[in-house]
Amino acid sequence: MNELIFFFNTVVISGLVLGSIYALGAIGITLIFGILRFAHFAHGDMMTMGGFISFLLAAAVTAAGITAPVATGFVVLPVAMVIAAVLALGIDKGFYAPLRARGARPVTLLIASIGVTLIIQGLIRLFFGSGSYTFFETEAKRLFRLEVPLPDVTRTINFTEPQLLMVVSTALVVVALHLFLTRSRLGKAMRAMSDNADLAQVSGINTKLVVRVTWIIAGSLACMAGTMLALDVSLKPDLAFNIVLPIFAAAIVGGLGQSYGAIAGGFLIGFAETLAIFNWSILLRPMRDALPFDLPNNLAVVPTEYKLTVAFVILVIVLLWRPTGIFRGAST
Amino acid sequence: MMQRSALLFAGLFLLFVAVGWVLGAANITLLLVQSFAYALIALGLNIQWGYGGLFNFGIMGFLMLGGFAVTFISYPINAAFWDSEGPLLLARALAAFAAGTLLVFGASRAHHLGIRGGWKTALTVVAWSVAYIVYRSQIDPAVAYIEGGAGWIGGLGLHPVLGWAFGGVLAAGVAYIVGRICLGLRTDYLAIATIGISEIIRALLKNMDWLTRGTLTVSPISWPTPLPQELQAQGIGIADSFVYARLGFLAVVIVVLVGLFFLVERAYGGPWGRMMRAIRDNHIAAASMGKDVTARQLEIFILGSVMMGIGGAILISFGQIYDPSSYQPISHTFLIWVMVIVGGAGNNWGAVFGALLIYLTWMISDPIAQALFTTISSWTSDAGWGPIPEIQSRASQMRVLVLGLVITVALRFAPRGLIPEVVKREA
Repeated sequence: MNELIFFFNTVVISGLVLGSIYALGAIGITLIFGILRFAHFAHGDMMTMGGFISFLLAAAVTAAGITAPVATGFVVLPVAMVIAAVLALGIDKGFYAPLRARGARPVTLLIASIGVTLIIQGLIRLFFGSGSYTFFETEAKRLFRLEVPLPDVTRTINFTEPQLLMVVSTALVVVALHLFLTRSRLGKAMRAMSDNADLAQVSGINTKLVVRVTWIIAGSLACMAGTMLALDVSLKPDLAFNIVLPIFAAAIVGGLGQSYGAIAGGFLIGFAETLAIFNWSILLRPMRDALPFDLPNNLAVVPTEYKLTVAFVILVIVLLWRPTGIFRGAST
Repeated sequence: MMQRSALLFAGLFLLFVAVGWVLGAANITLLLVQSFAYALIALGLNIQWGYGGLFNFGIMGFLMLGGFAVTFISYPINAAFWDSEGPLLLARALAAFAAGTLLVFGASRAHHLGIRGGWKTALTVVAWSVAYIVYRSQIDPAVAYIEGGAGWIGGLGLHPVLGWAFGGVLAAGVAYIVGRICLGLRTDYLAIATIGISEIIRALLKNMDWLTRGTLTVSPISWPTPLPQELQAQGIGIADSFVYARLGFLAVVIVVLVGLFFLVERAYGGPWGRMMRAIRDNHIAAASMGKDVTARQLEIFILGSVMMGIGGAILISFGQIYDPSSYQPISHTFLIWVMVIVGGAGNNWGAVFGALLIYLTWMISDPIAQALFTTISSWTSDAGWGPIPEIQSRASQMRVLVLGLVITVALRFAPRGLIPEVVKREA
């Protein structure tokens, strides 16, 4: 049983946490793709930016002497999300809107998003250097240990407070997004525009407003994902640069333009990564004597240092097997 | 148009002279060698993106392959490895790899035996898993043995120019596989797929210590021309030796660049180039005229990657150290994109111009930012706010910001580049 609990801790909990972060990022990418038809490469850096906004706010709150029962990073998150949404609107107005007005191709917008990536990353590094920061300098990261009420079980189910809050708030966001997209007028307009932008415009949908709402949602969710990632590990200027690949993989696997697909894709990639680097020897060890072969010490599907490749291999398989993603995605 | 390009190149020449004046001859020759190597890489991207409209965000991977190739070919032979059991174990791993490839290939042809649909998928999955397990069962002990004993396999001790050529060959091989998998994809997907592949190549080369020494790095890698130390041994002064040695290297790089430039320029003007542009501008129309779009795109993807591989090999050969962790997407992928976009996609002169200009900008942003920060810092100190902390490390980040600003401004105000592609129309 101990082994199963170890499995639960390292695979299920980590997978949920990783999946939540990926899903939040992938929703933004997929929404932007659905509405504006370009792959937004700067999304990873918008996440990092969000993480740093929360970090600054949390530092300000701590300096003001305000304490809260939960991690400060979470308390300031709503404010940070509003700031990030405003910044996302500004980025669109400053960089993408002029190109769209000129009638530039989606590929040009994609290259522009690389420019935005470099600018955001350059600015962050200019102000914060290249070191890493943590939210938990002054306060402790609370750890939960749940006893399992079974005989012969010594291990406990472990997770931290940020992890718990992360999974819960992702679930809330997903439900809220679902209600928004299916019940509200604006959400329906967004889906209509994602299906056919021209048709949406002639039917009287305010496409400019839809674009703004898209950036607000994408920016605030990116901030949320970035903050969570920073709370879970640590905050670095190149935090999200490595994560933009799995997030794109999640969005593509789910079908670009499909919000539910992005969520599914996020969790799929998250669990695949944790499952692939899990050492299966640990689960097999109790039945060592019954096995016909010697059990090696490490029986992970891929070595830990190749974790990044897992997302990509899944991406390639899905693209070959079903090019539009699991949920049928939009095309350029 | 010709006048404008000539003017731009003259301006660039003056800029290099001015920078050389400030930095000294040794530094400007270093900068020149590197920027001409980047020009070669930019030319490769210009073939892929400018001629063929293919989105390659995986340049870093091809540069790494080139760097590995020159290391492997030109580094002295590691006798400890060749005297041990290592080669035998590696040969067995290679045999296992070949067997696995054969198995997977066989499974992919299973429809000839009447196995179809779900059964074929199942068979493919089984074949892949078996191949993977067989390969891992052979390679893992071989790796453990080599890393525990000889350390790594060492090089072959051949001439570095052979290494450059091998960089091209290796890049071509990988580009073929990548192209077969990814070229059917749409632009955005191709961008992601190539980024992913370059990350995989980086992860592999960084962690395969038995092959590349990974983070331990390999140096010194030999030059095709005399090294500064060799010139010093002949009695040339230390300062002069660096200038002469780098000029010698520069001459070789320029010969390679001019040769390849001539070839791609001829190809652009010929029927092949016209066909590529036709495919780029409207692949459906080109296909309806009987052009094999996928095969032609694969061809151009490989050609561009070869140039990237050679360029990457030259860079590593010149730097003399192969450090897989020094490769970053910003300085090895996006930098080159900025070069081609700013210079003018589709125009070889533009690509070379962009490469030289952007590389110079990239390199001098650092000292300029440092000077700027020191000035501001002295103001803030005078004003009583204290100096700016860590000026050195901050200033080196400035170039990322400058690069971002340059490409954004270029896309906004000169979307076709400074020396745009000339579209000839028959009157």
